[in-house]
Parts: sequence; structure tokens; C-alpha cells
Amino acid sequence: MLSAALIKDFEALLGKQNVFSDEADLQSYSYDSAVLNPVVPALVVRPTSTELLGRCVKMLYDNGIPMTVRGAGTNLSGGTIPDKSDTVVILTNALTRILEINENDLYAVVEPGVVTAQFAAEVAKRKLFYPPDPGSQAVSTIAGNIAENAGGLRGLKYGVTKDYVMGIEFFDATGEVVKSGSRTVKCVTGYNLAGMMVQSEGTLGVISQAILKLVPPPKASKALVAEFNDVQDAADAVAGIIAAHVVPCTLEFLDNNTIVRVDDYTKAGLNRDAAAILLIEVDGHPAQVADEAEVVERVLKQCKASAVIVAKDEAEKFKLWEARRQALPVLARCRPTTVLEDATVPRSQIPAMMKALGQIASKYKLEMGTFGHAGDGNLHPTILCDRRDAEEFKRVEAAVDEIFNVALSLGGTLSGEHGIGTAKAKWMEKETSRGTIMFSKRLRKALDPKGLLNPTKMIGI
Amino acid sequence: MSDLNSLAQKLMTLDDSLSSCMRCGMCQAVCPMFGATMMEADVARGKVVLVSNLAHKLIEDPKAVADKLGRCLLCGSCQANCPSGVPLMDIFMTAREIVYTYIGLHPLKKLIFRYLLASPGLFNLSMRFGAPCQGLLFKSKNNVQQTSAAPLLDSILGARHIRRLAPKSLYAIEGALDEPAGASGIKVAFYPGCMGDKFYVDMARACLKVLRHHGVGIYMPKGFACCGIPALSSGDVEGMTKEMAVSLGLFDKGQFDYVITPCSSCTSTIKELWVKYADRISPEAKAQAEALSAKTMDINDFLINVLHVSMQGKPEAEREAVTYHDSCHLKKSLGVFKEPRAVVELNPHYKITEMAEADRCCGCGGSFNLFHYDLSRQIGQRKRNNVVASGAKIVAAGCPACMMQLEDVLSQNGDPVRVKHVVELYAESLD
Repeated sequence: MLSAALIKDFEALLGKQNVFSDEADLQSYSYDSAVLNPVVPALVVRPTSTELLGRCVKMLYDNGIPMTVRGAGTNLSGGTIPDKSDTVVILTNALTRILEINENDLYAVVEPGVVTAQFAAEVAKRKLFYPPDPGSQAVSTIAGNIAENAGGLRGLKYGVTKDYVMGIEFFDATGEVVKSGSRTVKCVTGYNLAGMMVQSEGTLGVISQAILKLVPPPKASKALVAEFNDVQDAADAVAGIIAAHVVPCTLEFLDNNTIVRVDDYTKAGLNRDAAAILLIEVDGHPAQVADEAEVVERVLKQCKASAVIVAKDEAEKFKLWEARRQALPVLARCRPTTVLEDATVPRSQIPAMMKALGQIASKYKLEMGTFGHAGDGNLHPTILCDRRDAEEFKRVEAAVDEIFNVALSLGGTLSGEHGIGTAKAKWMEKETSRGTIMFSKRLRKALDPKGLLNPTKMIGI
Repeated sequence: MSDLNSLAQKLMTLDDSLSSCMRCGMCQAVCPMFGATMMEADVARGKVVLVSNLAHKLIEDPKAVADKLGRCLLCGSCQANCPSGVPLMDIFMTAREIVYTYIGLHPLKKLIFRYLLASPGLFNLSMRFGAPCQGLLFKSKNNVQQTSAAPLLDSILGARHIRRLAPKSLYAIEGALDEPAGASGIKVAFYPGCMGDKFYVDMARACLKVLRHHGVGIYMPKGFACCGIPALSSGDVEGMTKEMAVSLGLFDKGQFDYVITPCSSCTSTIKELWVKYADRISPEAKAQAEALSAKTMDINDFLINVLHVSMQGKPEAEREAVTYHDSCHLKKSLGVFKEPRAVVELNPHYKITEMAEADRCCGCGGSFNLFHYDLSRQIGQRKRNNVVASGAKIVAAGCPACMMQLEDVLSQNGDPVRVKHVVELYAESLD
């Protein structure tokens, strides 16, 4: 338990209104979006300036208390669930200033708690573009995105969060300020510590500021939808589009079960017999968009698409994308618990992965819907279940284990964008190596000798 | 402890609904309370977890959970935007009933909900004496919102700038009505709501004027009770059903095609909530509430979709800008948002100028405003900023509770923006 004196010290530092020790408040920071058991923290603190953030870290380090930093709490692998009952949760959601958007040098400087979509909207007002668009962008924070290296629909063409991080300031475990990267495109001053902080899941330091790259927005875009009778044809189409040197900004996939569920719910009149639907969007200069859309349409037809629809305008594009937008919400409504995985394979392996997923679902008698980012092989097999049914949930856990096994055997990875957290920690060594785990642990030990930064996450310390 | 067990057991009836929350946290994007406090326990996901923990006996402090449940405007933004379709309003209403009953209803609330609001005679009497006396206490702010402040009533009203009680209530002016259908061939029961009867009497009279203009017959008996939403929000189902029973009795005595109200909270309560609670009165009451539900409509919806009213003449060349605030009950509960805008523009003198976040809650939340005035003001300030930024000098709404909140926040800021009910603006063109 935390001493009353320390709680008083935090109250003196941050103001009583930013220190939470009531049971009801503590319980509301015991979970995130992952399907994992909650852990109630000992205290929750909310620094209102980055300077205070650093002082919180130092105070916790000096007192040997573990800390978990939390933005919007939308983590899907348990990264923001407190490690143990003496953990202190540090909230970043009072640190929401956009410090600079530089329209000449195409970068922005933000505090950690800035909400992704709000940032992207501010950037868009200045006719610039911040592409990373994770599913939780309406609420997720930039520092959370960095700590998880969040992806999204635009990954194939525009990359993911790591591709937009130019520099980071963070507090190390002892509360010292560390600066890495700069406002320049090129910067080789010292270790690339900013790169190290990306996807570090709160285990190496506490992010206090980020410099983010901005790009000019595309001037035009075009959306297409194609239906297939065979998943293999859809995968051939994905490969064919890339082979034709077209890189769509989004290339999304829905499997048959998802199509049927979405159609049940939206009555949109989707082809319920289709084995797969691909949704494709190309963007760029208007002339290039027109050319690329033609190439894509041709490849889709060559690959035996049973139907191809090209959106004529924005309204029609919006309508075409409705099926993809509804995929997760519709699946989530089917059963109480939604286990959303993100095992990722090289895109040529999508048919093999889909086949294996079908076998796993029937082997464990589970309902599964799969959708995701076909362009980068990042699928979201979504298991619909009820966690309160212990017997069923055992089968779910076994199925998830098997999904990881298959993904690895196909040359893929445990996680494309949701992170390792505690949910996938036990699989780390299998994908990497014993050396990787030892190296990572030694790195953590060296940087965080007391083992206080999100200690049980990723590889443990 | 055994009490806690039975409390937990009662809450377990919500377990299926509670379990359907996948903890995605998307409610943070739209919750006005969260927008003001940024506290997880103030957003739907946090509340769902706390109610669930109380049901599963993981927290043993019902009072703390009750406090958190009370920090909610019941605006329905979370439910309207919930990816997994969690029935959040039902969870919050039911949890409030169970937890507040366990803790015990505040004696003042009991007095108000079960006796004052359920006894229109008593309510009217107290208001009749109140209206002439308020001049002694209220000091007019001499502003376009026509609000007043009452420093002597500080303990009750705080620093609020509110509209005074009308000198005469709607019933006192109009009496009970039972007018036959005119040219339209349609007759409606007009339910003015407490605010329409006692505070915004001009607004209610504008509605009657519009209905009469379009040849609509009106049934408005004397003695409608409160719709019950304040009681229900406080978890007092007994008070709510008492009030509902009084009004059901009066509806039963009339003949009409539709029930029309100018208050979106009353509309959504009669349409959506009476049916859920009427069986606690009797099976007959349930059947009656179901029949009423099908007939109940917001007045804007009625004007546009039943009467098909269209503009007489041509729009003026230089129309005056009106910005429209979407009341939560109107847009999120009833799905009515195009119609009020259309009604404003039925008047050739006005055109709609949209404000940013038009459908973000104004922060009133009915009795939320009484118990959490500071938060209500903070949330209201964001709405005020959006109203002022629109540049319009008139803001229209379809709910008197929103109007009261808008008047308070605009008056507090000294803004020269008038607050009007949508139908009042249309009625101006019928002079």
C-alpha cells in the first residue's frame, strides 16, 4: 500500500483535484480494451504540465513504486492495465496542447495526451495531412499511438505511427529528461532513442513531447469494391495490384461470415454468397488516380472478381465503405465478448491464413469473423464469445494460441498493431529468439534498475 | 452485508447488458461529462464497469457508485455512438433505480416527485403564489434573454440567471381545451410540459397558435402531471409512475389522433419510457401507454411529416441567421433533427446557420443542473462558445430545458443572443 504521506505529497504537487484514491475512481483505471483481468491500482495521478509529469516519475522512482502511464485506455493487449496493486497510474489526458504546427517545415510538436483525430483535424485545417488512423483514433492519444506504434487502414501506402515520429522527449525511469530527434528531416545526433521509444509500451520511459512529420494531402481519391467467390482469387488480386505497381492507400478485406453478419444488420444488400470482399482506395494526383483506378479495375476482373463497383462520387464512396466501417461494430453486437486479434502474415499467405482460421474456428466450435488490412497482411480474426462461459473461453484461448502458431509458421508476426502487453508476452520468444528476450531484459534493467516502468509488460523485467 | 448481496442480485439482472460493453472506450469521444472532467468514471465505460463491479461484489461502496451514476446528463450520446450497441440508457436508468432505492431517495426529492409534481393542483397553487412574489427576490438582468438572478435565493438557485415564472400559467390563460379538428381533419392532445405551462408560456401559446392556424383540433385537459423524467432520473420509479398515472387518466378521457409536445424530454419520456414502466401501474395502463407511444410526436416532426407544412410566399432576400441547437432527446432519442431546421426556415425571414457541434449536449440534463451546477455551466460554456461563434443572434431549440440552460450561459456571458423555441420563430410569420 501507498503511504498516506506520499499521497499527501502528490496532492501538494498536483492539487487534490488531480490525485485520485477513492475506490470507485481506482477501479475505473483497472482495465483497458483488452479482454484481460482487471488490476486495481493504488493511486491515480494526473499531472497538468509536462514538468509535473517528470516530477511524478521522479517521486515514484525515488519511492520505488511501479507506474503505468495511461492515455485513453484503448489498448488491446493490456498495456495500460496496472501491473500490481501498488502500481500508480499516471494519466496524460491533461497534457493536450498542440504546441506547434509548422506549415513551412511540415512538422508538428505535441504533448502526449493530444487526441489523434483532433490532431489530424487541426492539421487538416492547415491543408496538411497526418495519415496514421488507428481504429480508436477518435479517442486515442498520440503518446499511446507512439508507445504502441499504432497502425490503421492507411498503413500500406502511408506507413504507421513510427513513420511519422521525428523526435521524442521523454522522462527516463528516474525522471531525467531525454531528448532525441529534431525538427529536421535529417538528424543523426546520438542514438536513435526516439526510434527506441516507438512501440516500447511504456517500459522504457514516459513520453512528454513528440515531433511528428506531416505530409501534403492527396488531391484526389477513388474507391472500388470487388466481390470474390474464392479467397484465393481475392489474394491473387491483392498481389496483382501490387505487382502492377499500384499502391492503394487502403486495401481492406471482409470474409464471408463478416459479410453475412454486416448484411444481417445493415440490410445493405451485400452478396451473402461472396467468399470475400475487397475494398480498395487509390489516392494522389487526379490523373494518377484515374490511371491507377483503371489498373486496379482491370486486375480485379482478371482475378475473377464476380462483381466490381467503382464509386462515382464521395457519397457513393461513403456508402461503399459502410460495410467496412460496420464490420467490427456488427461483429461486436453478436455476442457479449469480442476477442479481436491482429496476427499478421505476408500478404501472399492470406489464403493459407484464412483457410487455417476456418479450420481453427470449426475445431474449437467458435464463431469467427475476419476482416482487416489485406494490403499489409494484417488480418483481424474476431472471435465472438461470452467470457462468462468458462468452458467456451478455454476454447477461445486455445484457438488464439493456435492462431499465433499458424501466423508464425507462415512467416508472420504475433501482432501487427495491437502490441504485446501482457496478452502475448508468453509468445515473444517463439517469434524472436532467446537472445532477443535476454537482450531486451538487459536493456530494461540498465535503463530502469528498479523495474518500475510497466514491469510485467512485453518481456517482463 | 446481506443487503449488499440483495443489491448485487438486483443489479445482476443487468449482467447481460453490462457484459455487452467491449470496453473500447469510444464513448470518450462524445460524452459531454468526460469532455469537462476527463475522468474515466464519468464516461459510460467507467460507469458500466462500476455497476458491473457492484453487481459482482467487487466494490462494496454503493454510495460511491451512486455518486458516479449521478454524474451523467443522460443525454444518450454514448448510446447513439456505441459501436457494440450497449443499451446504456436502460442500464443507467435501471441502475439508478436500484442503487438510489438502496441508498434512499433524498426527502426533498421525494416530496417534489411524489407529491408536488404528481399533484398538478398543488403544483399550480404553489406557483400561483410564487409568481407574484418573485419580484421581491429576483433582480432582472435587463438582457435579451429576459433572465433574472436572485441573490437572496443563493442557497437554492446559486448564481443562475433564469427566466422568471410566467405571471399566468398556460392553463390559467387558455383553460381546458377540447376543440374539434378544423381544415386538417386532425385532432391532437397537446401536452405542454411543466416548463411550457409555467415558464415558457409564450412558447406554448405559439404552438397552440400554429396548430390552430393549420386547422388542428386541440385536446388539453386541466391537470396533466409532470411527464416523470425528473423522478425517473433520480431513480424514483414510484414518483414517476404516480405522475404518469395522473396523466394517463386524463389522456383516457379525450379523443385525438396524436399526442404533441413542444418539449423533447416530455416527448421521449411519453413515447419511450412510459411503455417501459406502465406495467407497474396495471396491465391496462401498459396497453394505454403503448397506444399513446405510437401516437406521440414532437411538434416539429408533426408539422413537417404529418401536416406537410411548407413556406407561404418566398424567402426574403436578406434572411436573418438562426443557429439551431439539437436537443439530445430530440436528435439522439427521437431521431428528429432535419424537421426543426425546416420549421425555422418556414418563416421567410429566417435561415439556419449551423454552429459547430450542434448536437453536443448543452449541459442542462434536467435535474443534473440542480445538483451539479458547476459542471453544467462548464459544459454549457462550450455550447455557448459554439453558439456565439456561429455569428447568429438567435439560437433556436426544441426543448425548454435546453432553452433555460442556453439562456443562463448566454446571460452569464452578457451575449446579445436571443433564445427561442423553433415553433415560436415559425409562429412569428403567421401574424
